[in-house]
Amino acid sequence: MGRYLLRRLANYLVLVVVAASLTYFLAGLSLNPRLKFEGRNPPVPEATITKTLDDYNMNPDTPVVVRFAHWAGDIAHGDLGRTIDGDSVNDDFGRRVGVSTRLLLLATLIGSVLGVAIGALGAIKQYRFFDRFSTLASFFVLAMPVFVIGVALKIGATALNDGTQTIKVLGEYDSQYAGQWGLDALVNRAQHMLLPALTLILVQVALYSRYQRSTMLDVLGSDFLRTARAKGLRRRAALVKHGLRTAILPVVPLLVYNIVLLFTGATFTEKTFGWHGMGELLVDSITKQDVNSVAAVGLFTAVLVLIAGLLSDLLYAALDPRVRVR
Amino acid sequence: MTEQQREAARPVLEVSDLHVSFPSEAGTVHAVRGVNYAVHAGEVLGIVGESGSGKSVSSMAVLGLLPDSADIKGSVRLDGQELLGRGDAEMSKIRGKGIGMVFQDPLSALTPVYSVGNQIVEALRVHQDLDKKAAHERAVELLDLVGIPDPRRRADAFPHEFSGGMRQRAMIAMAIANDPQVIIADEPTTALDVTIQAQVLDVLKKAQEVTGAAIVMITHDLGVIAGFADRVQVMYAGRPVESGPVDEVYYRPRMPYTIGLLGSIPRLDEASPSQDGPREALVPIDGNPPSLSALPPGCPFEPRCPIAVDRCREAEPELLTAEGADHPSACHRAHEVGTDELPRSQVFPVPELPAPTETERLPRDQRPTVLELTGLVKHFPLTKGAVIKRTVGTVRAVDGISLDVREGETLGLVGESGCGKTTTLLEILDLPSGQAGTVTVFGKDIRGLSRADRKALRRDMQIVFQDPMAALDARMPVGDILAEPLKTHGWDKARIAARIPELLDMVGLEAEHADRYPQEFSGGQRQRISIARALALEPKLVILDEPVSALDVSIQAGVLNLLDELKTRMGLSYLFVAHDLSVVRHIADRIAVMYLGRIVESGAADEVFAAPSHPYTQALLSAVPLPDPRKERERTRILLSGDLPSPADVPSGCRFRGRCPKYATLAADDQARCRDQDPEPAGVGAAATDHAAACHFAAGIEVV
Repeated sequence: MGRYLLRRLANYLVLVVVAASLTYFLAGLSLNPRLKFEGRNPPVPEATITKTLDDYNMNPDTPVVVRFAHWAGDIAHGDLGRTIDGDSVNDDFGRRVGVSTRLLLLATLIGSVLGVAIGALGAIKQYRFFDRFSTLASFFVLAMPVFVIGVALKIGATALNDGTQTIKVLGEYDSQYAGQWGLDALVNRAQHMLLPALTLILVQVALYSRYQRSTMLDVLGSDFLRTARAKGLRRRAALVKHGLRTAILPVVPLLVYNIVLLFTGATFTEKTFGWHGMGELLVDSITKQDVNSVAAVGLFTAVLVLIAGLLSDLLYAALDPRVRVR
Repeated sequence: MTEQQREAARPVLEVSDLHVSFPSEAGTVHAVRGVNYAVHAGEVLGIVGESGSGKSVSSMAVLGLLPDSADIKGSVRLDGQELLGRGDAEMSKIRGKGIGMVFQDPLSALTPVYSVGNQIVEALRVHQDLDKKAAHERAVELLDLVGIPDPRRRADAFPHEFSGGMRQRAMIAMAIANDPQVIIADEPTTALDVTIQAQVLDVLKKAQEVTGAAIVMITHDLGVIAGFADRVQVMYAGRPVESGPVDEVYYRPRMPYTIGLLGSIPRLDEASPSQDGPREALVPIDGNPPSLSALPPGCPFEPRCPIAVDRCREAEPELLTAEGADHPSACHRAHEVGTDELPRSQVFPVPELPAPTETERLPRDQRPTVLELTGLVKHFPLTKGAVIKRTVGTVRAVDGISLDVREGETLGLVGESGCGKTTTLLEILDLPSGQAGTVTVFGKDIRGLSRADRKALRRDMQIVFQDPMAALDARMPVGDILAEPLKTHGWDKARIAARIPELLDMVGLEAEHADRYPQEFSGGQRQRISIARALALEPKLVILDEPVSALDVSIQAGVLNLLDELKTRMGLSYLFVAHDLSVVRHIADRIAVMYLGRIVESGAADEVFAAPSHPYTQALLSAVPLPDPRKERERTRILLSGDLPSPADVPSGCRFRGRCPKYATLAADDQARCRDQDPEPAGVGAAATDHAAACHFAAGIEVV
C-alpha cells in the first residue's frame, strides 16, 4: 500500500509541475501587467514602469522562458514572487488561505453530512413526499447560478433583519473586531459567516444528495442488505451499517475532490459576500494583470488536485477492502 | 417418525393459508395463493417450483422481509407463536435466532466491506450477550464447523477473497450461529458447480445434525430435493399443487405438473439409445407459467395440461388427498392419474424426433471432421506496473487441448467454472493465429487463411450464447435480429424477407413474431430466437455455450428437443458446452471433460458415463444429484476437497492431484509419479474405442 501511494504521489507531482508551468506560460503570454501602470495620472515615466516590471519579474518584453526560469527558481526556494502591487504573494496567500479555510471548513462539513443524509433518506423513501420534495429542491438549487442564490439570500436576509444588523451581508467580520477572538468577535464572525456558508451548503447538499440517492438506490435492493436483516438486524441498523456504509463508497471521491477544490472554486460566493479568499484572488488577479498571483493560484490548484487525489485514494482504500493492494 | 407420530407432534414451523399479493401497474399480482406446510424438528421439507411459482416470496413472507407494499394474509407459526403482523422490532428478535436463512448467490449476499468473521460476530451479538472476543472465538468455531480451512486466519478475510463454495459455507455458519429452530435455505446451491454443491449440501446436513433444526429447502432442482429432503411440496402459480413424503411424490405423483416436471429432466442414470434408432426425446411441458396478475378461473395449469377436462376450466382444484392416493394433490383427475386408467407415462405425449440421417448412422471414423483442435494453448500474461509492464505470471487458461468434432455429432465439453471452457470457445470463434497448437475447421488450418476466407468460414460456424436476454439486442425487433447475419453476408432484401418466417417456423415460433421485441418473449422463446439467428446462414457447425442453463427444466426440455431435431434435419454438428452433466448425457454423442485448462477424459458419451476412468470425472458424476430418492439414498458421493486451483498457479505433475481422492490412497512412489509426471491422455477400456483419460492410475468404475 505504501509503495502504491508513493507511486501515485510521484505521478501527481509530475502533473503538478506540468499544470503549474502551463498556467505560468498562459498567464505570462496573455496578461499585460504594463497596462496597470500606463494611463495613470500623473503619468508614470516609462523607465520607472520597466524597472518596476523587471523587479517583479513581469516585464512582457523579457522572453517568457527567461521569466519562467526566474519564477521557477524562486518557487524552488519557496518564494512565490511579488504581486502587481508590490506585496509578497506568499503573505497575500497566507492570509487568503486562512479566510477560505474558515469559510469552507464548517460549510463543507455540514454540506457533506447533510447531502449524504438527505440523499440516502430520499432513496429509502423513494417516490414518497420527502424524496420528491428533496429532488425538486435539489434541481431548483442546481439550476440556479451561485451568485443568484447569494444575492437572493442577501435580499431575504435584509428583509429578515428588518432594519437591524443581525445577519451581516458583507465581509468576514466588522473592522473593530480585527484580530480579536473573544466571544463578541466570534459572534460577529458567525453573523458574517451565515449567508456565504448557507450558499455553499445549499449547492453542496443539492449536488451530493443526487449522487448519494442513486448509489443508495443501487444498494437498497441488494442481497447483503436482506442477509443483514435475516440475521436479526433491525431495518434501520441494517440500512445504516450495511446499506449506507456500502453506498457511500462511490460518493467518496466526488466528495473529496469537490471539497478540496472548493478552496479555489468558491469564487462567486466569496465575491458576492466580500470575503477575500482564494476564489476571489483568481478573478481579481486576472483583472489586475497580476501574472505572479495567477501563476500562484494555478500552482495551488494543482497541489489541491494532488491532495484530493491522494486523500481520496487513501479514504477509498480505508473504506473498501476490495481495492486494497497487498 | 411414523406419519401418526408426526401428526401428533407440534411442528416447529407451521404456515397456513398464506397469501401474498403486490400492487403493480398491471394490477394486483397474487404471488402466493394459499400455501400450507408444517415442518418438524430435524425434518427437511423441500419446496420445489419453477421461477415465479411463489416459493421464494413465501419464505420472505415467513421472515417478514417483504416490502411494505406486500399484502400478506394467513398465518405463520414458529413454535406455536404467530409471526404475521409483528413489527420490525419483534421480528428482528426472531430472524437469525428462531429462523436462520441461507440465500442463493453468496457473493452478493455478504456485505463486501466487512470481513466474514465480523459478519458472523454481528449475527451472534445481535441475539446473544457476548463480548467481542468471545463472539470472535465462536465465529472461528463456526467457520471450522462448516469446513473452512485455517478458520482463525480466514475469519479476517473479506467475502471477495472467498470462493463461491466457501462463501456459502460462511452463510451457513451465519445461519446456524444462534442455534435456530428452522433453517430456510433458498436455492442454496444454485450458482455453484456440482462438486461444490455436493460439499455445501454435505455441510448443510451437518449443520442440521448439530443444531437439530428443521430445514425448509427451496429449489428448482428436483435432484437436490430427492436426496436431501424428507418431504416435498411442488408449487405452481403461487400454490402448492402436490405434497407428501419424497418417495410418494417422486414415485407416485398424481398431479400432471409434477409428472411433467419429473419427465422433463434429462437423466444421468438412463443410457441413451443405440446409435441407429431415433434419439429419445425429453418430455417438455408446453406453454409458459401463467401471469399471476390475471389468473383465469379454473386450474392455473389447465392451459399446459394435456389431460385437462371441462371441469378444469371452471374451478380451481383444492389440495386434497384423492381417492386411492396417499398424499394430497391439486388436480380434478388425481383419482385417475397414476392408476391403470391413466398411467403416468401416458399423461404427456412423448414427442418424436426424426430418424437419424445417413451420415449420423455412419461409423464415426468414416465421417469428415468439421472441427479439430490439436494442442491448443491460450495463456494470458499477468502483468504489473502502469508504464513499464513486466510479466509476473501466466494464467494457463487453456493449456494444450486436443479434440475433434465429426460431421453430424455432438461433442459435449464439460467442466466447472474456471476450467477454460469459455476460453476454448472464444479461441475457436476468434479464428486466431494462436499461441501454440492448431485449429482446423472443415479441413482448413485457419492459420493460412485470408480475411475473405475467414469470413466465409464464419458463415459455417455459429454460436448460441447462455443468456438469451443479454445476447439479443433489446432495441431490435426479432426480424431485424435474424436479418443481421444475412445482411452481413450479402443476402438481398427479398431473400431475407422470405427467410425470416422460415427461420421462425423452424424454431417453433410464429411468422408474426418478427415484429416483436426480445423482451416480449419468455426465456425459452428467446433462446429459440438465438438458435434461429445462429441457423440463419445454414451453418455446418454450431457452438452452444450453456444454451439451456438459464432456463427452467420444463422449458429446457423443449429447447433440447429442438436442438436434437434441428441437428438431424439440417445436418449440423454441435460443440455443446455445459456444466450440467445430465443435459450433456442426454444430448451428446461424445464427451470431453475439462479440468484446469486440460481435457482429462474423453470418449463416446456412453463409455465415459458407464465407466468414468479419471478420478475427476468420477467425482463430477457422483456429485450430480439424481431425481430419484431411493437411488440418491443408496449412493455414496465422492466428495472433492477444496476448490479449483488458480490457473495462474498450476500444480506440478498431475494438476488434479491436490484434490484427487485416489492420490491420497496411493503408495509413496506412486504418489511421486503423480507429483513429477504430467499424465498424458491414454486409452482406457476396450481397445476398439477411443476412450482416453489423463491419469497415471486410470481405472473405470461405475458411479451413477
